[in-house]
Amino acid sequence: MTDTPKIELRNVTKRFGSKVVLDNLSLVVPKGKSLVVIGGSGTGKSVMLKCVLGILRPEKGEIFVDGENVLKMSTSEREQTLRKFGMLFQGAALFDSLPVWQNVAFGLIQGRKMKRKEAKDVAIAKLAKVGLGPEVGELYPAELSGGMQKRVGLARAIAADPEIIFFDEPTTGLDPIMADVINDLIIDSVKDLGATALSITHDMASARKIADEIAMIYKGRIIWAGPRSEIDSSGNDYVDQFIHGRATGPIKMDVLKP
Amino acid sequence: MNFFAIIGRVVLALLAEIGHLAVFTWASISHIFRPPFFWRLLGQQMMRIGYFSLPVVALTAFFTGGALALQIYYGGSTINSESIVATIVALGITRELGPVMAGLMVAGRVSAAIAAELGTMKVTEQIDALTTLSTNPYKYLVTPRIVAAVITLPLLVFIADILGVMGGFIISTASLSFNPGVYVQNTVNFLKADDVTSGLIKAGVFGFVIALMGCFQGFNSKGGAQGVGRATTNAVVTASILILASNYVMTSLLFAK
Ligand SMILES: Nc1ncnc2c1ncn2[C@@H]1O[C@H](COP(=O)(O)OP(=O)(O)OP(=O)(O)O)[C@@H](O)[C@H]1O
Ligand SMILES: [Mg+2]
Repeated sequence: MTDTPKIELRNVTKRFGSKVVLDNLSLVVPKGKSLVVIGGSGTGKSVMLKCVLGILRPEKGEIFVDGENVLKMSTSEREQTLRKFGMLFQGAALFDSLPVWQNVAFGLIQGRKMKRKEAKDVAIAKLAKVGLGPEVGELYPAELSGGMQKRVGLARAIAADPEIIFFDEPTTGLDPIMADVINDLIIDSVKDLGATALSITHDMASARKIADEIAMIYKGRIIWAGPRSEIDSSGNDYVDQFIHGRATGPIKMDVLKP
Repeated sequence: MNFFAIIGRVVLALLAEIGHLAVFTWASISHIFRPPFFWRLLGQQMMRIGYFSLPVVALTAFFTGGALALQIYYGGSTINSESIVATIVALGITRELGPVMAGLMVAGRVSAAIAAELGTMKVTEQIDALTTLSTNPYKYLVTPRIVAAVITLPLLVFIADILGVMGGFIISTASLSFNPGVYVQNTVNFLKADDVTSGLIKAGVFGFVIALMGCFQGFNSKGGAQGVGRATTNAVVTASILILASNYVMTSLLFAK
């Protein structure tokens, strides 16, 4: 395949003060595939997504979306590119001043100037897709459980039928059954939309289920990437330690240091 | 640490903050004039910032006017106080106390509320979420607040002027037993349109400062509940100081002879 990848990061470096969070990170997300990035807490996974979205600006490197360098774009070109994206935030990040249906319809009403009535119908359809009834649409985010908030976040991410969807730890903090429900929803919505997905997780069951390809991030670099089927035979000690959840191995948690 | 190193560090941090604020201010202003505009949000903010501040501003102005009348009377009772109380209350309220007191009260109420709201949105990633939903956070959050404050503050101050003068009038006639007709006459004779408009111009600037500092501190808050608390305090403190400082500058410009 010689298609231009949907997203490509080349030697991206991002620091906060003197702390290097992304260190020459390179990653390719092929069109129409679901790539899952695994890695420990605080290794820069969320920062990586935010760099692609332009919420954070890397100090160095290039980021391509559909072959175009987003870091060189003007603000309006950038806003245009952002319309291709949907994002499910780690903490759902629902607007707590708006009822659920307006959250889901937000990108349609504010970003795309759809009529409120029409947008509400779309919102209710998307809520149904994530297994929530129309009555939930009238509630406020604070009145929902964590799992429901995640599902609303998912409905919001897919509301505008994006070409690219980012999922930041979609299953963290959910019970195993709800986690699996979310996994199915992700698979379905990605398939329905024919979208490209970039997900982040440290939940291996989820990764195995939703990934076409898996990449592992460690200390701000991608240390392994390959198809899902090869994750168990990667021959990489870091990957092995992570997928089996062992405390001993090449990855040293700060807490284990004397 | 070396004494000079500490000073150097503080100065550098201060300069960085000022640069940061300048960039934020410029971005905020430039978005005011570029579509899309969120009219619905503007209306909402005018209610919140203007309408709901009415009671607090009205009471403050009323009692300030009353206290001012008493002080002038006590201080000036030896000379012909009856003629100067009315004049000084009217000028003091419209030129200085009306705008400054209203500005400070609204700063306490509104800057804090804006910083807390936007700060919470920041730390819960709601502001980042706006960006991913093709909505510019400056346009959606900052512009309506700044425009609403710049429009409503002069209206509030106009009401504060009326109530402040009325406070002076009521105290003077009720407890100092001045002649009401003479009081009104003195007020009307000495008060010029310029006195009122200068106060209203100040009010517009204060409105800008109040909303800007609330938004700036909110957008830059980090680190959870504590960070939001800090942003709220900073918003009120910086807005109040800027109000007092800019008031001085404007007084010296507007009334320079
Ligand atoms: N806005 C910021 N300012 C300063 N440091 C930050 C900021 N955002 C993230 N960091 C730092 O960058 C590092 C990586 O953060 P990031 O949120 O990407 O971790 P993560 O891999 O998503 O972890 P988790 O799995 O726990 O969500 C952390 O050490 C964090 O302290
Ligand atoms: Mg994260």
